[in-house]
Amino acid sequence: MNTTNSNTNITLLARSAPYGSDAAKLCLDISIAAAVFEQTVTYIFLDDGVYQVLNNQDSSAINSKALGKGLEALSLYGIEKLYADEDSLRERNLSLNQLLPQVELVSAEAIKIFISQSKSVMTL
Amino acid sequence: MKFSLVVYSAPYSSQSATTALHFAQQLLIQGHEIYRLFFFGDGVHNANKLAVVSQDETHIQQQWDKLITSNNIDSIVCVSSALKRGIIDLEESNRHELESVSLFDSSEIAGLGQLIDASINSDRLVNFG
Repeated sequence: MNTTNSNTNITLLARSAPYGSDAAKLCLDISIAAAVFEQTVTYIFLDDGVYQVLNNQDSSAINSKALGKGLEALSLYGIEKLYADEDSLRERNLSLNQLLPQVELVSAEAIKIFISQSKSVMTL
Repeated sequence: MKFSLVVYSAPYSSQSATTALHFAQQLLIQGHEIYRLFFFGDGVHNANKLAVVSQDETHIQQQWDKLITSNNIDSIVCVSSALKRGIIDLEESNRHELESVSLFDSSEIAGLGQLIDASINSDRLVNFG
């Protein structure tokens, strides 16, 4: 293991719905690994990815762990904020009060800036 | 330039595994360095040495192995993705008392820390999935 101690910005773009594939779970796993290795994580939900940050998810009927709970627990790893793309929410008729408490809305313009300031971007 | 590639998709079911392979081959031809390959999710199937492919098709897994071996590339399959998909090295095979080994010797099983390390130490991290 030759992990260096340098701190960089990593942006995660979560674009997939929460339960149809393992993409959302993989993205969550990357965020935790990045936080453990002391990287600054900007976690952005867009397109169908905004469904990942819906509040009060209940996935018991499909024998799956609720993704929302995992995302809420990210504050334990120092990831305090999650960002949801406002255009994606509008297209799906969703509003901020339906989302997890730590979610903030961001514009496409703000996402562009986050990306440009990142060492790397991963999309899932 | 120093590149790392993250491959999320399985060979044959998605074009992007082949695109990743071609991209990796071209990087070396054009004189770039590959810091690490990281196979994640269904991407771990690219490192399965037990696949049998008909002769009129490209054997994608073998091509990866050839590229990795002949250029001595650091290639990692994510442990949590690999084990549950039956991508097993000798150590895991012994540990879990399994009958076979499916991972090419050219790749290693490791954790997500290696992906974060690749992100920190590469000039470009390119996702295929």
